[in-house]
Amino acid sequence: MRPFNLDHAATLPAALAAARPVAGARVPPTAAPAQFIAGGTQMLDLMKLDTMQPATLVDINALSAAHGRIEAKSDGLHLGALVRMSEAEAHPDILRDYPVIAQTLQMAASPQIRNMASLGGNVLQRTRCCYFRDPGWAQCNKREPGSGCAALDGVNRKHAVLGVSDQCIAAYSGDFAQALVALGAEVQTAGPNGVRTIAFEKLHTASDNPHTETVLAPGELITGFRVPSGPWTRRSAYVKIRDRESYAYGLATAAVALDIQGGVVREARIGLGAVSYRPWRSHEAEAALRGKPLTEDTANATARAAFAGAKPRQDNAYLIDLGRRTLARALLQASRLEA
Amino acid sequence: MSDITEPQIMPQGAPPSAAKPAMGAATSRVDGRLKVTGAARYASDLYGGANPAHAYLATSTIARGRITRLNEADARKVPGVLDILTFRNVGDRIKPGKIFSQKGYMGSSIAPLASDRIQHGGQIVAMVVAETFEAAREAAHRLQIEYAAETPSATFDSPGLESISAEASSREGEQPGEEKPKVGDAAAALAAAPVTIDQRYETPIQHHNPIELFTTACAWTDGKLTVWEPSQNMYGFQNGLAEQLGMAAADIRVISPYVGGGFGSRGSLTQRTALVALAAQRLRRPVRLETTRDQGFTIATYRAETRHRVRLGAGTDGKLQALIHEGWEVSSRPDNYKVGGTDATTRLYACPNVDSEVTIVHADRNTPGFMRSPPEVPYMFALESAMDELAVALKMDPIELRRVNDTMHEPIKGLPYTSRTLMPCFDAAAKAFGWSGRDAQPGSMRDGEWMVGWGCATSLYPTNMGPATARVVLTPQGTVKVQTAGHEIGTGITTVLALMAVSGLGVDIAKVTVEVGDSALPPAPVAGGSNSTASIATVVAQACEQIRGRIAGAAVAAENGPFHGMDPAGLVLVDGTLRASSGASEPLEAAMSRTAGGAIEAYAENIPHGVPEGALKKLYLGQGTLMGGAKLKDRMQFAFGAQFVEVRVNARTREIRVPRLVGAYAAGRIVNPKAAKSQLMGGQIWGVSAALHEATEIDRRAARYTNNDLAEYLIPVNADVQEVTTILLPEQDTQVNELGIKGIGELGNVGLNAAVANAVFHATGVRVRELPIRLEKLLEA
Repeated sequence: MRPFNLDHAATLPAALAAARPVAGARVPPTAAPAQFIAGGTQMLDLMKLDTMQPATLVDINALSAAHGRIEAKSDGLHLGALVRMSEAEAHPDILRDYPVIAQTLQMAASPQIRNMASLGGNVLQRTRCCYFRDPGWAQCNKREPGSGCAALDGVNRKHAVLGVSDQCIAAYSGDFAQALVALGAEVQTAGPNGVRTIAFEKLHTASDNPHTETVLAPGELITGFRVPSGPWTRRSAYVKIRDRESYAYGLATAAVALDIQGGVVREARIGLGAVSYRPWRSHEAEAALRGKPLTEDTANATARAAFAGAKPRQDNAYLIDLGRRTLARALLQASRLEA
Repeated sequence: MSDITEPQIMPQGAPPSAAKPAMGAATSRVDGRLKVTGAARYASDLYGGANPAHAYLATSTIARGRITRLNEADARKVPGVLDILTFRNVGDRIKPGKIFSQKGYMGSSIAPLASDRIQHGGQIVAMVVAETFEAAREAAHRLQIEYAAETPSATFDSPGLESISAEASSREGEQPGEEKPKVGDAAAALAAAPVTIDQRYETPIQHHNPIELFTTACAWTDGKLTVWEPSQNMYGFQNGLAEQLGMAAADIRVISPYVGGGFGSRGSLTQRTALVALAAQRLRRPVRLETTRDQGFTIATYRAETRHRVRLGAGTDGKLQALIHEGWEVSSRPDNYKVGGTDATTRLYACPNVDSEVTIVHADRNTPGFMRSPPEVPYMFALESAMDELAVALKMDPIELRRVNDTMHEPIKGLPYTSRTLMPCFDAAAKAFGWSGRDAQPGSMRDGEWMVGWGCATSLYPTNMGPATARVVLTPQGTVKVQTAGHEIGTGITTVLALMAVSGLGVDIAKVTVEVGDSALPPAPVAGGSNSTASIATVVAQACEQIRGRIAGAAVAAENGPFHGMDPAGLVLVDGTLRASSGASEPLEAAMSRTAGGAIEAYAENIPHGVPEGALKKLYLGQGTLMGGAKLKDRMQFAFGAQFVEVRVNARTREIRVPRLVGAYAAGRIVNPKAAKSQLMGGQIWGVSAALHEATEIDRRAARYTNNDLAEYLIPVNADVQEVTTILLPEQDTQVNELGIKGIGELGNVGLNAAVANAVFHATGVRVRELPIRLEKLLEA
């Protein structure tokens, strides 16, 4: 860990000013010298490992009054970026109308971590790939652009099979983001160039340029999320398959939401986690299920469509099979729910 | 959780004895309150004197090669940096030492800062000392180190490995007198057997990961060194460090009052301790080292990966006719560390034709070492998996297969077991588990979307003892102090020793103080091999007996007293009084007034059965001699147990969960059933961990570990542990030692990995022979 300045921002403008990037600097947001910190559950971890070396941390916890609310409105669910994971997982409106969101949070990390971690920080969590986290490995395109990818032929049992490239196969292991991407959420941000709204599906960038992880600009802060309401949100579920029952990253996860009318799936929303490079909405799978009854056969066919483009390596080929089974299980589980 | 005294089954032929009940009174830990309130002070809490400097390690990013450049300039610029130890300024200042199992004290003979040479991944390459921990860590990150890397051999199947048979390494005098168990003609018997099994098994790398990290603090005063470090071997650390630093052991004191998890990782001295001592000497100031979780994976020992080939031949009646167990174990390049589990697996069942072979495979790794049940965990996984496969091949119940091969004499030399309660353990556990409701057909038991499987396996652990010493002081007010350099590694030895004073001196437990964890106390053996209770309780009982004898002797000699002329052996100390069987009684204080009048102090030394000559002298030099198990010339000393497991495998996604564990164990006299049950239960849970969760992953190209933190190195969490039943069977063994005590520290986890694998087979029909059992191994089923 390197010495750093800790700046307590009392307001959003103060936070943005404290994190304002140096003019002309061309770095991805993760390498910017000023980093926002809320729960700090990952930032401090990566700083101790020397993987992140910010010169300044801008503490945004004081912004929770303005950006820490949960509101269910007619246009959907509004979540402030500073809502703690533990608050959202137990919120009655979310439990009733967006169960998949509550479940992704309940199955993440541990209660202690969820009490600290903010929703905004959670979606920006970085990969667990050991070759990225430990600077003792020379090859990591995510950490050192152009250095190579040690995971391609290394220990890669938990690496991604969807959205990967020969530059990076690191998995995005967050849970909450899979619900957001499946439900077509949008992200609200504020930054040096003002405020904007980004489709959550566009927030994380592709693996061909792994050093850059999101479309956020340096100094741009996530202030909240809106999850659109829809006839599918109540009949929704998250299935997370992992090596132990709790407090473990997923091997394969599926966030699904279904609009079933008259025995036929009118709309399916499908997010696939742990098996993918970034939060992954499977439009192919959604299309495969649309207009069909949900049966064992259609669930399996949907799952096959979801992994049609999967690219396995040495140790993670099983994730294609496991990912399919996980998705089929989630679809069948959700189909049995009341709408 | 069932009651510990249920069910009551007495082994056949064991004589009942009122004097030494097989089951002591369940007693809460004397240090329990200190521990749960955080008041207990561990070595890591003790800062090594006022104003210590702080040390941080830098470790190598290659596994084999040389350091070609080591630039300290940036690191030196960090404010507060005081010193940087590297191979340039350490070199031969620290003398090399042999590993523990080769009659030395060290976990590894690889001396990290002796030269520019790198011999394993994560080897210490520098130790930075600074005013603060943060400055030391920052400076360590700013060291610029370049290497000339050579291609390392990581593990089995890597190019460049070398191997040596354990027998050959033993001939070279490197191993302490181990042999290659063999009897009859196993190959011929195997060829002739109507039913055979020939399978290969694998167990992974595992790390102890004690919650208390590998810390050290050192302070020098007038040429004398004090070391605060979590330790399972006070005198070993003291003497090993003396050897490394070239000084008298008497000038070194090692302090380790409580230990936050040992599991074998603190039994041998690591290379860090001498470096901290050297740094403190150079700075003339106490130095405190904190290491990180990931450094703990490479600077200390670990359980090495093993491979096995087991061949069994049996008659159609299930009786074994041939047993051949071959094992391969990874070690470092320089050290022939071997766990050698064939000692036990070749002697467990009746079998006229037995053969075995163990091969040590040298890779570019740090030297492995002891980890809870070092030989039994991997070797019993292989044997007990193979036994289950044999039961399936025979269409025989696996319990009945054990029953027809049960024996009171080991097959190699025909030596008798001092006691063996294996089948009563199976029967008790089977009853509690409901085994009779099992449908033997794999895949036949189902609960909704879950495939259910039931499996069982044998557990055993050698009853080891070593020479030990203790001092006991009794005051006329009835307070007792027990002193011995044993180790409170969480096992409850402090409470056990207090209970010995209670039973020997008739005082209330609240009046007993037990001091352990200090090399200034009378020597005790390493807290390893599950020997501590047997070794130390015995010698504490002897010291108490000396005190009782002196009081009783004075009492029978006193003409005006109530005990005049009685046999002193018949007088007992109980409830604060001296009593005779006639009913005569007198308060302790009055009885003690006939001796010198003050406190009575006794110092006892015990040399257990079968220990070679000179072992007591070696104990004072920090070299404990553990004897027992299959090493004795005249008898076999083992504790036994039966492990039962229910697994559930999701029919679609194949994740494996363990809702139910039942274990029954018989281990001689249980001094404190409460702590014993707790420790055995912890062992059962660790067995689940060994079967399903724990494995250190290694990058085969770099020979470096990749999951070196507790987020990726999995152990069970509460949600993984549901119903655990631990049954203690009373067992009276009149031979193992005076008190009839067998160790239980490492009994609970042995065989449980096989029981899980056997249950997974029963649930799914898939036999997994490589641990850990991960769901991908079941996807094809």
